[in-house]
Parts: sequence; structure tokens; C-alpha cells
Amino acid sequence: MQTVLSIAADSLAYGMVLFIISIGLSVTMGLMKVVNLAHGAFAMIGGYIACYATQQLGLPFGVGIVAAVVGTVLIGIPLERFLYRRIYGAPELTQVLMTIGITFIIIGIANFALGPTLKTIPLPSQLQGPVDLGFRSIAAHKLFAVAVGLVVAAALWFIVERTPFGVRLRASVDDAAMAGALGVRTKMVYAVSFALAIGLAALGGVVGAQLLPIEPYYALHYMVTFLVVVSVGGAGSITGALIAALLLGAVQTTGRYIMPEYGEFFFYLAVIEVVAVFPHGLMGRSK
Amino acid sequence: MSRPIRDLIAVLVLAAVAVVLFFLFPTNLALLTRIVAVMLLVLSLDLVTGFAGVATLGHAALFGAGAYAAGIAAAKFGITDPLLMLAIGAVAGSVAGALSSLVILRGHGLSQLVLSIAVVQLAHEAANKLSAWTGGSDGLSGIAPSALLGMFRFDLFGRTAFIMAVVMLLLVFVILRVVVRSPFGMLCRGIKQDPTRVRAMGAPVYSTLVKMYAIAGAVAGLGGALSAIATKVVGLDSLSFNLSAEALVMLVLGGTGKLFGAMLGALVFVWFEDRISAINPFHWLTVVGVLLVAVVLFAPNGLTGAAEAIWKRLRRARS
Repeated sequence: MQTVLSIAADSLAYGMVLFIISIGLSVTMGLMKVVNLAHGAFAMIGGYIACYATQQLGLPFGVGIVAAVVGTVLIGIPLERFLYRRIYGAPELTQVLMTIGITFIIIGIANFALGPTLKTIPLPSQLQGPVDLGFRSIAAHKLFAVAVGLVVAAALWFIVERTPFGVRLRASVDDAAMAGALGVRTKMVYAVSFALAIGLAALGGVVGAQLLPIEPYYALHYMVTFLVVVSVGGAGSITGALIAALLLGAVQTTGRYIMPEYGEFFFYLAVIEVVAVFPHGLMGRSK
Repeated sequence: MSRPIRDLIAVLVLAAVAVVLFFLFPTNLALLTRIVAVMLLVLSLDLVTGFAGVATLGHAALFGAGAYAAGIAAAKFGITDPLLMLAIGAVAGSVAGALSSLVILRGHGLSQLVLSIAVVQLAHEAANKLSAWTGGSDGLSGIAPSALLGMFRFDLFGRTAFIMAVVMLLLVFVILRVVVRSPFGMLCRGIKQDPTRVRAMGAPVYSTLVKMYAIAGAVAGLGGALSAIATKVVGLDSLSFNLSAEALVMLVLGGTGKLFGAMLGALVFVWFEDRISAINPFHWLTVVGVLLVAVVLFAPNGLTGAAEAIWKRLRRARS
């Protein structure tokens, strides 16, 4: 029973971190139809900035998070303007190559500038140690990750469904040319959505740094995992990404607890089964 | 010029390049043999991606299937005849190709990419787990190929391996020239351009692509078996996502949809990788990244495409 609860708690925290990072990728893929393999690299940049801010500059954790999100977005905007804008609407192969290229460059630079070692982001005292939930105690930073995930999901739902920006965004997704003809500045919508997406990646990178440690190969290690979450959930769907992240997080965590010698075997088996049965993802719309 | 003559010239040029490299770099024959093995992998990827339009990031699964099949045949069953090992590798690659295509072809775009990644990762984890057969993360060793045709032993400098590799590459090249020009090859190109239209014309899309995958699998499996014979070990990296991604980079660098492009991309990539990663592997990663972005922005048809464009411009300037 104790093991089951541990697995459940770890799965939930891990799944939520996957959700926070992947939902940004889901937005880019659903809206701009860009297979952005460099998404994990932005989460990694966020982690590095937070690490620098808290360790080198001695800033508090909260400020570190804000710095990570703002810094990553500032790095991402010129990339969107000069590189990503050229591959909107290009064939998948072109997008894959361009974004893998960007990932490689970021890994190379990160290693050159910051070294190959693992970086840690010190937690504030409130998030250290366990929290007693009555029936069981759970690490505070994991609860924090779950809370952040829920807030992100709710906020995104509100932005997409209830704000004027959400209306323009959904219009651009459905028919970019028509939305443009009706006066929606689709380029602006794209740029803002891209910034939102990588901002969320940076947030997830910082919040999940305890579970997905920050190091130069982060961008490559977890690239596949994030891509899988989006594909299983269905590109562009918030609920889909949430379900997929929790489901795959549970499969991966359970596999690690019960059958560590099989590695990721069952994770990928589950992925193949789900994607082969639902080629558009669990909640995706067919074109 | 008629086609057979042009093909003959192409083969002669390739053979001449191989002979020049053989005498120019007698101490680097192991690297050159590895390049040939990787060329076969990239040629195979070109068949499914460049000619048939299937986007895949898991093509090393077929290369690894050939390598492990040939390696296990030699190390566990005592089948040490190199030609027989090559044949086993080709058959294993072909079977792996046909089977994996049944899954990969179910997806389109993003889901296709994810399925192909999942296939290679699944194969990787399985090979890691079945360490009794594959040696797991230590790699499969104990492969001792006997003399080629009973006459030519595999020497320390890799001369025999290199010559065998080049002869095999030329054979594969000629066969693939025939395949891509055949009605079947044209059908694959048609599917790449517009699968709906091909289906409307009454031609089967799914089974044609499965067949193409089986052919491509044989080529990749041959490459895997060659690397197993030449290096006498098979490692898990021959079944990795990284090798799959690198193969795609090589293909695009050389130029998709052209057999020469695939071979040129592999040659340039592996050669420079060997040189630069000797200095610092992370510099190599940065260089590849910059190269990829540059190719996408400035030379979308790869090195061969850029060369063709320059050639055409020169001819126009002269006339």
C-alpha cells in the first residue's frame, strides 16, 4: 500500500511537470504547426537562468522563476523572428532539421559556457522537507509542482476560452488566412503564442528541476518525452496534454519502481499502442 | 548519353574515388569502411524519406537489426562466413523494415515521427534487456568472421573489409538505380507528392510503402552487417535515436531524393565528425547545429542541389 501511494504521488508530480513543459509545445504544434524539437532546450535555458539567479546572484527562488521565464522569452523572441518564422508551413522534415539544429547549437553553447556538470536550483525553506497530508507525507516541492501545473492548466483554459486574445488565437488556428482577412494580426498572435509557449517551458524547467535535472544534454534527453506527450494528447488540446502527461508519467514512474531493469520498454510500448490506435492523439482533431 | 552508359560512368567514378581514397589514406581504412556502412544506412533512409516521403527519426532500428542479426549469427551460432553474415543482415533488416513500417505508416506528420522514434527506442530497450543474446550495454563481442570466399582474411589494416564494402556499395548502388527508375519507384515518388491522388488512380499506397520499407530495410541491414563484420563488435549505439537523427542530417546535407546525395552526405558528415570530435565533441555538436540551420535556410536541396544549381548557372553563362 505504501509503495502504491509513493508511486501515485511521484507519478502525479512527474506528470504535472511533463504537462507544464509539454503544453507549450502543444500550443506551438497545434497553432503554428511547427514540430519544435528545440522546446526542451528552452526549458533547459530556463533552468540555467534560475540556477544562475539563485546561486550566483543570491536572489530568492520566486524571483529566480520570474527571471527564468522572462529571460527565456527574451532569448526566444529573436529566434522566432529570424528562424522560426521561416519554417511556418514548411514540410515536417524541414522543421525537424531546423529545430534539431537549434537544439544542437544550444547544447554546444551551454556546455561550452557552463560546463557539463549537473546544476541545482536551491529550494526555499518552505519547499524543503515533507508535508504531512494526514494519511501520508509527501515532498513539498512535488506538491508545489502539482499546484503550479493546475494553475497553468486553469490559466491557459481561461486565456484560450474567455479572453479576446483567445478568440483571435482560435480563429488563427482554424483558418489563418481568413482570420487575417478579418483584421486579426496573425503574425502578432503567432509571436505572442510562441513567447507564451517557451515561457511555460522555462517555468516547467525550473519547477521540475528536482525531477529532470538540468545539464547540457537535457534538451536531447527529454525532447522525445515531450514530443510523445503532445502526440499522445493531441496537438493543441489542453485536456489532451494533461491526460497524456499524467498517463505517461504514471507509466514511466511505475515502470521505474516495479521493473527498473526493463528501462523505458513499457513506456514506448504504450506510446506505440496509443498512437497507432489514435493517430491524432487522444483529444486531437482530425484534419 | 543513354542510361546504361551514364550508369557505367557513375559506377566508374565511384570506384575511382574509392581507389584514390584507398591509396591516399591507407591508415584510415577502418574509418572509410565505417563511412560505407553509414552510406548504406543513409541510402536506405533516402529510399523511404527522399523517394517515398515517409518522415522517420527511427531508421537506425533497421541498421541495428542487421548488425545484431549478423553478429548473433557469428557469435552464438558459429556462422562466420562473411557473405552469409551479410545475407543474414539484409534479411533481418528487411523483416524489421516491413514489420516496423506496419506501425510507422499508421501515423502522419507528427504522429509518424513519434511512432518512428518509439520503434527505435523500443528496439534499443529490448536489445539492452536481452543481454544474454546481445551483450547488453557492453556490446556484442566474439564476432570472428572467417576469410572472404575462403581466400582473403580480414587483416589488421582493414584492407579486405574496405574492398568488400566498396564492391557491395557499388552493387547496391546499381540495384537501387534500377529500383528508383522502375514503375515501382515512380509510384513511390507519386505517393510522396500526393498520396490521395495515387489512391484515386487505383494504386495501393500502404502496401507499396511497406514494400519500399522492406527494400530499404535490406539495404540498411546490409550496412549493419558490414559494420559488424568490419569492427567485430555490435554496440547499442547502432540501435539508437542519435544514429537515426544523424542519418537524417547526413541525408539532408547531401540532398534528399538523390542516391549520390545520400552517399556524399554520409562521406562529408562522418569524415568531419571524426576530425572535429577528436578535438571536442561539443564543438562538433555546435558545428552540426549551425550546419543544419544553414542548410535549411540557404541550401534546401543539400550539397548536391547546390552543386547542380552552380553547374546550371555556369552552363547558362557560357552559352
